[in-house]
Amino acid sequence: MDHAATEQEALSQIAAAQDLETLESLRVAFLGKQGSISGLLKTLGGMSPEERQSEGPKIHALREGVTNALADRKAALEHAALDARLAAETIDLSLPAPEAPRGSVHPIAQTMDELAEIFADMGFAVATGPEIEDDWHNFTALNMPESHPARAMHDTFYFPDRNAEGREMLLRTHTSPVQIRAMLQQGAPLRIIAPGRVYRSDSDATHTPMFHQIEGLVIDKGIHLGHLKWTLETFLKAFFERDDVVLRLRPSYFPFTEPSVEVDVGYSLVNGKRVIGGSEGWMEVLGSGMVNRKVIAAGGLDPDVYQGFAFGTGVDRLAMLKYGMDDLRAFFDGDVRWLSHYGFAPLDVPTLSGGVGTAA
Amino acid sequence: MKFSLSWLKDHLDTTASVDEIALTLNAIGLEVEGIENPADKLKGFRVAKVLTAERHPNADKLQVLTVDSGDGQPLQVVCGAPNARAGLVGVLGLPGAVVPANGMVLKVAAVRSVESNGMMCSTRELELGEDHDGIIELPADAPIGQAFADYHGADPVFDIAITPNRPDCMGVYGIARDLAAAGLGTLKPIAAPQIAGTFASPVEIRTEDAEGCPAFYGRTVLGVTNGPSPDWLQARLKSAGQRPISALVDVTNYVMLTYGRPAHAYDRAKLTGAVVARRAQDGEGVTALNGKHYLLDHTMTVIADEAGVHDIAGIMGGEHSGCSDDTKDVLLEIAYFDPTRIAQTGRTLNLTSDARGRFERGIDPQFLDTGLDLLTGLIIEICGGQASEVIRAGTPPSGAKVVHYEPALAERLGGVAVQPARQREILESLGFSVVVVDSQQGEQWSVTAPGWRPDVDGAPDIVEEVIRIHGLDKVESVALPRADGVARPTATPTQKLERRLRRAAAARGNHEAVTWSFLPEAEAATFADSAVWTLANPISEDMKAMRPSLLPGLLSAVRRNLDRGAAGLRLFEIGRRYLRAENGTSDERLSLAVVLAGEKTPRGWATGKAATFDAYDAKAEALALLAEAGAPVDNLQVMGEAGSQFHPGQSATLRLGPKAVLARFGMLHPAVLKQFDIDAPVAVAELFLDAIPGKKGAASFARVHYAPPALQAVTRDFAFLVPAELPAGDLVRMVKGADKANIVAARLFDDFRGQGVPEGSKSLAIEVTLQPGDKSYAEADLKAIADKVTAAAAKLGATLRG
Repeated sequence: MDHAATEQEALSQIAAAQDLETLESLRVAFLGKQGSISGLLKTLGGMSPEERQSEGPKIHALREGVTNALADRKAALEHAALDARLAAETIDLSLPAPEAPRGSVHPIAQTMDELAEIFADMGFAVATGPEIEDDWHNFTALNMPESHPARAMHDTFYFPDRNAEGREMLLRTHTSPVQIRAMLQQGAPLRIIAPGRVYRSDSDATHTPMFHQIEGLVIDKGIHLGHLKWTLETFLKAFFERDDVVLRLRPSYFPFTEPSVEVDVGYSLVNGKRVIGGSEGWMEVLGSGMVNRKVIAAGGLDPDVYQGFAFGTGVDRLAMLKYGMDDLRAFFDGDVRWLSHYGFAPLDVPTLSGGVGTAA
Repeated sequence: MKFSLSWLKDHLDTTASVDEIALTLNAIGLEVEGIENPADKLKGFRVAKVLTAERHPNADKLQVLTVDSGDGQPLQVVCGAPNARAGLVGVLGLPGAVVPANGMVLKVAAVRSVESNGMMCSTRELELGEDHDGIIELPADAPIGQAFADYHGADPVFDIAITPNRPDCMGVYGIARDLAAAGLGTLKPIAAPQIAGTFASPVEIRTEDAEGCPAFYGRTVLGVTNGPSPDWLQARLKSAGQRPISALVDVTNYVMLTYGRPAHAYDRAKLTGAVVARRAQDGEGVTALNGKHYLLDHTMTVIADEAGVHDIAGIMGGEHSGCSDDTKDVLLEIAYFDPTRIAQTGRTLNLTSDARGRFERGIDPQFLDTGLDLLTGLIIEICGGQASEVIRAGTPPSGAKVVHYEPALAERLGGVAVQPARQREILESLGFSVVVVDSQQGEQWSVTAPGWRPDVDGAPDIVEEVIRIHGLDKVESVALPRADGVARPTATPTQKLERRLRRAAAARGNHEAVTWSFLPEAEAATFADSAVWTLANPISEDMKAMRPSLLPGLLSAVRRNLDRGAAGLRLFEIGRRYLRAENGTSDERLSLAVVLAGEKTPRGWATGKAATFDAYDAKAEALALLAEAGAPVDNLQVMGEAGSQFHPGQSATLRLGPKAVLARFGMLHPAVLKQFDIDAPVAVAELFLDAIPGKKGAASFARVHYAPPALQAVTRDFAFLVPAELPAGDLVRMVKGADKANIVAARLFDDFRGQGVPEGSKSLAIEVTLQPGDKSYAEADLKAIADKVTAAAAKLGATLRG
């Protein structure tokens, strides 16, 4: 028999099969129980050993050739089918993906975190106190007795209430009462910062009736004005992340410090905007001084043994100077457009190793 | 405090420039807030002479001038002033000059086709007066071509801030003294004329309030002529920002501004009988010079005669007895008033004045006689008249304060070593006197402060004087001692909690807002459970009550944002809510509030219509943030009573046990939305951070031991029919607790009502996760667990759905 012709015929039929069904029916026709090649195999049993020896390999080769051809064709057809399916599954990836809302951290909170990070490195812990204070903590203990003219300068918000000790209740005008509370609670030595809300009856583009301050207090033996100067220089250089920060110290007056020092920071004008660094002009940023002996005594400590310094500055103002906002009132408006623009990403966590500030 | 350079130079012999003076003022603590140099404004204006004046060819009212401005090249200038004429010497503004009155920049321009090369100016245009009827006419011998600023003698004016401890610098003389001490010149002595009266004062004066007015000096000047004060005096007062009134009034103001010494002049004709310093009687009143009537009481010192009160002592004179142009005889008052009483009276009456500002800070009690001499001398010089003898009622306090001082303190406190001899020099130049009391073991001094320095109270004040004159810039920075090793953590648990929650809330897509601590009373009342703190003197009615919750402030922010066109908002705030403690102090509690308003997702190609926030969104925020805060969220119970501000059927509290409310959440009540004028659904979550239990025991870094179990967990689903009103959470909790050894999780995945479920019931489907221990579950084990689940559910009336 001419197996070659049979094989040729089978292979050409397999190659011509256009789908898996046709291919399956060819498999049945060739290799099924009643298939033509299966039939040839069955003929081997009726042959003489000589015939079988010569025909056997040929028939087996025929079967193998057809089997392989079927498998190859099947793989090719399946591959083509998959390609076609995938082509049909094409989607427009220029369509927008599901949107996730982006939140933000308020510049005041971010700035406070930055300050806490810097002062932690200098060994300052955080202390807090009530915002609804009594006049003893806010004024009297800070060397502002009742008739003191400085009380009038504070534009204080008062409540009609008095506490159990008969003290007048008011909204703290500065974070300085925390000095008294910290000294009374923790004693000396002491190194704290006290950030928080403060209140004064004042309102324009740079003053709001509520704003944020940060107070610093160091009480120890042998602390002097040189330590204050170093602390402020170190802090401002770290905060603005510039080495050319220049301070100008001016004698001033605060009832709770003696001597008292007001601190200006130098700025340069870059494209008409004030940039911290250099000394083309000066901006007032801090009030400070050596803690008044009466204040140390009001804090329950012996002013003959302990002395120290205190300083206070506006957190909102520091934020404005560093990040370039120019209207304080916008800080408290909750306008999401402003918050999206000036707010910080939640992962912008201030660290010393990464630099406390977040670049624009 | 404003004063001119020439005024300063009356008292300070100096060659220092304006800039040097300003630098020194800043360096010694007299902060320069501004320097107004009239010469700056007059730049580009020159003395010029009109050579010819011809009628303008195209305008009736204009003339064409040729003007000599000193360059030799006459300029053609068009001018409309009626007095412009050949030969007139006036002031020419050249191209580039800025007209002070209106900011116009002059340039070469054609006026009705005739070129004009500048402008001849009126006094009003140069802000030198009100005259605008014609151009300035200077004397014929004024030097042509000279800068007008130089010709006019422009006098720079300093504006400096005086700190409350320096009443002595509320007079030019005190400022001169400070500058002299700082090495900027020589202080000139006060030249007070000695005027001995030739007759006894016809008006008697007394003090009957030794506490409020320890000393009341005065004298009468008869036969004065009042009227406008001379130009030099008017110029001085104007430079200080004061309006000249009349010679008698101006002189008292001049003495106050020069020497920091307030005084008062009464028109003797308006007085009846003796003039007495006494306490006011309750109900007495006076109309002050500001035209307002003030009701007085017995705590206030006044100056009165037999007819009534004429002066709120040390604060403001009365309208009735003030000097006028007709005044012929005056009674001069120069008194020492107690600073505390002045401050109190001023505060009670809410009345400020230049005099009050000085008296309440403390004026020099030893300056009464000199002050009176200066005052009398100026009045006689300007207004004429005859002075009586001086009457001195009472005795002023000495004012001298003696302070024990060690010169070594300058270094110990001030951080800079200053030689004792230099310290002494500084102190003496400021009027202090120094006596060495001991020089054995380190120098010990006794320092006496002058009467004009009531602020000096102790040794640190002396250090301040030394350092500020020596120079704060000479203080070297000294590093604070630093603990070994890297910086120790300093944040408190509350601070860490706040930071963590802030960033968690922001990471969940919320914007942090900072809103006012104060609210309108009505908004506070809506969210208050008890009496709120309400200000006695709010800045406005909208900022009156302290917030009992963070929600109202955020809701107002939501309204503002919606009004600006925002469709969906996620805002949060971390801050205090203000409650009252039992002892009358405040109880301020840390809270976090999230407000979700309007659209949660906008309409989208994949999601269809926009979706709004619902109560479950608020629940998700509350639970996620409580989890971040370390609250045991698995043990939280969802209970009711979120409050009247919430939708009663779509709100709840999250509690640990019946009392400890950690949070509330849900949809806001429509009435609240209406109150806040919000026309969008609002879901909120409010976390009471103070209620979250803290971690017990010392912090440990090592976690509890854990190894993933070897055998895989299996899940089984249960569907129960339960009464429709049963909270699904109760069933889940019951199922989860049915077999604690095996059940590790129970998760509700279906809540179905409708076909196949009886009326009044619902079907709840729960996926239960079972964790085998040492060996896998056999069928019997699983059946036993399932039976326990079913039995537990049955306690809530649940039946297994067939």
